[in-house]
Amino acid sequence: MISDSPILRVRDYTKHFELYEQGKRIPSAQSVDLDVFVGRLTALTGATGAGKSTVLKGIYRTYLPTAGRLLYRDRHGREIDLACADEHRVLALRRTEIGFVTQFLRCLPRQATENVVAQPLIQRGVDWHDALDKARELLTAMDLPERLWGISPATFSGGEKQRVNLARGLIAKPRLLLLDEPTASLDPATAERVIELLTTLKREGVGMLAVFHQPYLVERLAEHLVELPSPSWNERPLEEIA
Amino acid sequence: MDKVLSVEALSKRYGKGCQHCFALTGPAFDTNICPECGSVVAAHEVSFDLHQGEILGIMGESGSGKSTAVKCLYFDQIPTGGRAVFNDQGESFSLFELNAAQQRRLASRCFGMVYQNPHLGLNFDISAGGNIAERLLMARVDNYADIRRRATSLLERTEVMSERMDELPRNFSGGMQQRVQIAKALAINPPLLLLDEVTTGLDLSVQAAILDLILEIQQQSRTSMIVVTHDLGVIRLLADRTLVMKHGRVVETGLTDQILEDPQHAYTQRLVASAL
Amino acid sequence: MSAGMQFGFLDEYAKREIRRASLKAVAIPGYQVPYSSREMPMGRGFGTGGLQLTLSLIGPGEMLKVIDQGSDDSVNAVNLRAFIEMTCPGIETTTSTVEAELIQSRHRIPERPLREDQFLVLQVPYPDPLVIVESSEEKRKMLHGEADYSRLLVKLYEDIVKFNEITISHRYPTRIADHYVIDPSPIPRWDVPKLDQSPALVLLGAGREKKIYAVPPYTKAEPIAFEDVPFRVEDFYDQKGQRRACARCGCRNSFLDEYVDSTTGELVYRCSDSDWCDEQLLIGDAPEAAHG
Repeated sequence: MISDSPILRVRDYTKHFELYEQGKRIPSAQSVDLDVFVGRLTALTGATGAGKSTVLKGIYRTYLPTAGRLLYRDRHGREIDLACADEHRVLALRRTEIGFVTQFLRCLPRQATENVVAQPLIQRGVDWHDALDKARELLTAMDLPERLWGISPATFSGGEKQRVNLARGLIAKPRLLLLDEPTASLDPATAERVIELLTTLKREGVGMLAVFHQPYLVERLAEHLVELPSPSWNERPLEEIA
Repeated sequence: MDKVLSVEALSKRYGKGCQHCFALTGPAFDTNICPECGSVVAAHEVSFDLHQGEILGIMGESGSGKSTAVKCLYFDQIPTGGRAVFNDQGESFSLFELNAAQQRRLASRCFGMVYQNPHLGLNFDISAGGNIAERLLMARVDNYADIRRRATSLLERTEVMSERMDELPRNFSGGMQQRVQIAKALAINPPLLLLDEVTTGLDLSVQAAILDLILEIQQQSRTSMIVVTHDLGVIRLLADRTLVMKHGRVVETGLTDQILEDPQHAYTQRLVASAL
Repeated sequence: MSAGMQFGFLDEYAKREIRRASLKAVAIPGYQVPYSSREMPMGRGFGTGGLQLTLSLIGPGEMLKVIDQGSDDSVNAVNLRAFIEMTCPGIETTTSTVEAELIQSRHRIPERPLREDQFLVLQVPYPDPLVIVESSEEKRKMLHGEADYSRLLVKLYEDIVKFNEITISHRYPTRIADHYVIDPSPIPRWDVPKLDQSPALVLLGAGREKKIYAVPPYTKAEPIAFEDVPFRVEDFYDQKGQRRACARCGCRNSFLDEYVDSTTGELVYRCSDSDWCDEQLLIGDAPEAAHG
């Protein structure tokens, strides 16, 4: 069955940050292996500093890996190593296949919330009106008051921003969805709606890799668990470069 | 296929030059002035690609060569070396091999340029609408009502009140002048738009509005753009990919979020650290 | 010819140069050919460019007409004619457009359509129409070369914006043979259509600016304009919408000059072209339209 072959295989992923100014190397993730499957959620767990976000950002190519392979199987069945894929290839995948929902929302100060949310669909070439309809649908599902739709999310509270961010991340139904504490500042009721939404998306075949701060989310949503070792393997996280 | 522009080893040197110019300048020497002959190496072997609908950021401090690169592409300056190939509707143009007349024709048909200084992009002696008319007339639009209509809609799009379209841009605020300049650059719907420090020196709120406008244009028209700036905030908001320049050299290039969050070069790290 | 006096005042070398420049001007319609304008025994700006053309082109036995603002009797025309007669023994002069073989003129083109066997020499103060939009001659040459007249059209655009019409009354920029735009000298708009497909060769000479250019016979001369705001000639309508007539000959289809009657203080209109006016008086009736 197709869902049994992973859409993402991370092998021996390692990331250190080289700080040239201070002459230091900071280890962040060490030899991570994991798989993400169609329609299932893989949860990354581990202590603070274990490099959970580093793995997500590595896959999204916000971080350049130090070592390892990040093998993504695209919708045509081709395997692409995100660690070294061409930048334009990565941008195209971000536009069409790989979504990332973080705790932070970055957007222009003048754009209306509904436009911010609709943007990923518009970028894919979806008709403006259809994209807006879909955005409103999601904002309703997220329980964001309608009076906020027409104004910029720049002034929103943390929880409101997070809802916008989620709506934006989910709207285009990426094949692979990366989630970095997506419910961190949500009230329990809204978090519950997010769980429902993610469950629906999974049913529709979206493969997910998530970092959750609350264990109950892992229990309810994750099919697979990957625990990253604590950074204790390196007592001194700062290490002089030779 | 969807590559709009491909620049290879673009170089620009001011001065007589000597054999040491390239070996003794650059980030490692912390200068772009050759200690032997005093020539300025404004840009040395700058290479990049620009794809259809992409916004490429070129970031650097003054003297890094970032403006030199786009000025060469807009034929404001003549490079001392390198190649640039521009593709438009199945046609390919090797920019620096064209003669001056061909360059002007291509620029007036395919390129839009917005300068930091509106004096360079606008004629202050003719009205805002007249400035746009000039661009349309160059493209051989010769119907007055048509020109009027297009100028009005361009100014509306860039949020210049259309009742002010017959005023001289010298009477406008800096932000408004920049909007008129953008409207003028967009008049012929160019497949390539070059933006050189367009928000520098403007009030923050005006900056945000202009950046918003640029992004909106990109989303609506899929115009390919090169955005030159020293401002990390501008890069963060606009650029898909970014080129970091220092002393005429490209020190690093990558996806914009990667450049900002995981810079690979000591200089970029310092730049990012000082901005955040 | 008295010893020491060259026919046509100019030495043969100078005349040859001007003829060569004229030939080049004919070969490249509308292109401003530079030439080494000679010192003439009158101030530059008094028609020295036209005069040098006339002196280089005329020969004994040929019939010359000199007009200034349509009139053969104005001081300028009289003086130029006298000078040419003095320096070109054997030529003949006339005030009649029909009789003339070479017509030197300032500010007007005769109303009577010219023929193939006639030359028109126009005196030009400012040869380059681009001078109002570009101060650098080098850049102007580039714009001419590339036929980029967008900035000139912007002037027209601004005119329409401000005044709802094109207000240029004289020196209307005119595109020759689909390329070069010329300053047709300070002729009124009324005269510009006469350049188009003119059977007569039109040579334009600027003495101070040292340029000669031409509208060769049967060449397209098109005043620049917008597709939807076409070029128009002066209409000479009165308040009632009636075409004004010349107070002297009654002609209703000539270019009219406006005078204030010194006794009544009223505005009076008369043909600007004095020869035309005389002719109409002789005929008695208003003739066939000179325009359309």
